[in-house]
Amino acid sequence: MIQFDKFELDNGLKVIVHQDTSTPMAVVNVLYNVGAKDEDPQKTGFAHLFEHLMFGGSINIPIYDEPLQRAGGENNAYTTNDLTNYYCQIPAENIETAFWLESDRMLSLAFSEKSLEVQRKVVCEEFKEHYINKPYGDVWHKMRTLAYTNHPYRWMTIGASLEHVEQAKMQDVKDFFFKFYRPNNAILVVTGNVTTEQVKQLAEKWFGPIPSGAPYERNLPKEPVQQKSRFQDVRADVPLDMLMMTWHMGGRLDENYHATDLMTDVIGGGATSRLYEQLIKVKQIFSSIDCYHFGTIDPGLVVIEGKLVKGITMSVAEKAVLDEIELIKNTMMPTHEVQKVINKTESLICFEDMSIMNRAHSLAYYELLGDAGLMNQELVKYQKVTPELIQQTAQQIFQDTNRNTLYYYSKS
Amino acid sequence: MALDRNIAPVIKDAIDFDIKLKPYQHFVLDNQVEVYTYEGGAEQVMLMDMVFFAGNSYEDKNWVAAATNFLLKNGTTKKNAFEINEAFEFYGAHLSRNCYNETATIALHCLTKYFKEVIPVVSELISEANFPEKELQIYQQNLIQRLSLNLKKSDFIANRFIDEYLFGIDHPYGKYAMQEDYKNVTLEDLTAFYDTYYKHGKCIIFMAGKFPSDMQELLNKHIGQLPLNKKVIADVTHPIVSAAQKQYSVVNDASSVQGSIRIARHFPNRHHPDFAPTQVLNNIFGGFFGSRLMRNIREDKGYTYGIHSYIQNHVQQCAWMISTDAGKDVCKPTIEEVYKEMKILREELVSEDELKLVKNYVLGGLLGDLDGPFQIIARWKSYILNDLTDAYFYNTIDVVKSIQPEQLKTLAEQYLKPEDFYELVVY
Repeated sequence: MIQFDKFELDNGLKVIVHQDTSTPMAVVNVLYNVGAKDEDPQKTGFAHLFEHLMFGGSINIPIYDEPLQRAGGENNAYTTNDLTNYYCQIPAENIETAFWLESDRMLSLAFSEKSLEVQRKVVCEEFKEHYINKPYGDVWHKMRTLAYTNHPYRWMTIGASLEHVEQAKMQDVKDFFFKFYRPNNAILVVTGNVTTEQVKQLAEKWFGPIPSGAPYERNLPKEPVQQKSRFQDVRADVPLDMLMMTWHMGGRLDENYHATDLMTDVIGGGATSRLYEQLIKVKQIFSSIDCYHFGTIDPGLVVIEGKLVKGITMSVAEKAVLDEIELIKNTMMPTHEVQKVINKTESLICFEDMSIMNRAHSLAYYELLGDAGLMNQELVKYQKVTPELIQQTAQQIFQDTNRNTLYYYSKS
Repeated sequence: MALDRNIAPVIKDAIDFDIKLKPYQHFVLDNQVEVYTYEGGAEQVMLMDMVFFAGNSYEDKNWVAAATNFLLKNGTTKKNAFEINEAFEFYGAHLSRNCYNETATIALHCLTKYFKEVIPVVSELISEANFPEKELQIYQQNLIQRLSLNLKKSDFIANRFIDEYLFGIDHPYGKYAMQEDYKNVTLEDLTAFYDTYYKHGKCIIFMAGKFPSDMQELLNKHIGQLPLNKKVIADVTHPIVSAAQKQYSVVNDASSVQGSIRIARHFPNRHHPDFAPTQVLNNIFGGFFGSRLMRNIREDKGYTYGIHSYIQNHVQQCAWMISTDAGKDVCKPTIEEVYKEMKILREELVSEDELKLVKNYVLGGLLGDLDGPFQIIARWKSYILNDLTDAYFYNTIDVVKSIQPEQLKTLAEQYLKPEDFYELVVY
């Protein structure tokens, strides 16, 4: 059970405090309610490029990192399709430095041309390192465009193409900032050796004077229900054939979310999962195979991906996977198999909650979903999942018309 | 009074922090296996990390140590691989294994309430593993496939080659497995290695987290009666044979858009008096986001997504490594800038201001690194395995707090000479 206090500033900034006196450290986490899904389809990759620019100096502080490091702190950030999250860990005695830095870049960036020019290049190198210069690096680009026709999950956070990143202009940066980086579109979480009183006073002092912006009304295009199975062939200079299938699933607040999560774990999460045991060990059709899901806020995808053992044909591999899927749909799974994945999840949650950093991330994320308190209800929701519910969920999701299949062939 | 955002809040310098490494508890099992523990944390979870002297330094044939470490979880006289995995996963426990140069580990992460359920299975793995032939065959097949994939990656190739140049292909730190090595390993190799280095091997245990009240009894019952620590393991020494040639350029994939750059030199191990002060120099050079390499090559020029320098964590001898992936057309200027930064460190004194920042950053980071029971035991583990005590910890802190620009310049003159470095680009 993670205890926390919550309050809101006049400008709409939500603040959450979780005290832990066993640590000398504190974490200051600022989540902005903007992700790659909020991008203009002609300017993709922008939320992530923007995350880089947030380190390029703010209106009163030329370099973000330096004062933080001087105070013994460390920081980083990440961008997903749903959100952008910034966090720093700092000795609790120096926590005001983090408030000063984070509030100044929420007030306004310096909008330096040099920073934009350099970070465009840095992000292009990141793009190359992870998505071009790696075997199968483009697989998600292809799968997303196949599975989504309308919803902005059809592009990756890094962007649909290098050109979009290369063409980013300063005016775009400014517009993006004042649209999304406002206190009323953000959640501040402070965890560690702090008191709520102290955080209240510091938040009022540093974040209080920042003007709020026009409320952001998210109105994203909906993905229509898929009517027909989709397929795509790819041939590339990779050593092994790969098979990837996805099916649309519900969003993060869908009532079947927890059942879906446990279902993917049963199918392909680790060494006792069905796909691993049957298709890697017994039948030796795949050399690696996993089943997982997006976990995104809007409706995501259930994914099965695996690399084929040399000499096995794609159709044999595909049939083997679909046979396992049929089994899940048509046979009630034993109770102990469900109990196993519930126990695994309980363990995962406990290990995750060990650090004040993860607690800060989770509190911010659940508050974005609507209520930080949801964090403490997760385990109970998993414990309520039954074999019947998993079977129903499987029947709903694993329909052939809902499937997208990528056959990724090795040229050699 | 209006808020002046140009004035930074007052900070307490990290050099004024009183940083303590909390002590471990220690006991010895009936079979003389030593156990180091640190109990703490808010969650009901724990870690048991068993270290065996079973790294690749002890193998006579390439890949035997790693394969034994991996496959000891894939079959015992009582359970097949699936049943073993199930025995852990049903309780949400996770058993990982890792093989290093001197040591190999078997680490159990579990909920405190289930320790008693899973500890017998761990015991079974280190006393009754039986290496089924089919498990070896599947593992070989899958690893050969994985290797063919990794050999497409320039960073994978670069990491292998730079270690080979530094230490030699026959040295544990320099060798790597190719397809034939995977194929050549037999069940007899695994069984023999297992019998000597696990079943009758030398073991040290590190534990952290929340323990069940009967933890010691459980350990003694399930681990303390095994035939461990009976025989003295013969010391092995491997001569370091470094490459004569210093510069290399390898084309692995003609269509590559980036090059993987590695620049490295030998460096003494932690017992050398220069080790601790050089960590400070390394931080200034390329050891963190605010380092000179990062500020110059990423933040000023945008040649790369990241560039880092670090001192490899070896027992016998270390290496000082600079590592980055840069755009194909800017690999050459990237390398030039690395040498330019070395030159500046050799010729100019680091400013008091920059040094103070790095000191604060290092000490603040240390405070954060020691936050939590797993982190504390990991620190102790590294000291104990390197024959160090907490004197090393406090000495390092003193060095960081007291080091002066002149000393850093002397270290740079000694260790940052381009002619001592191996240089490799893999495209």
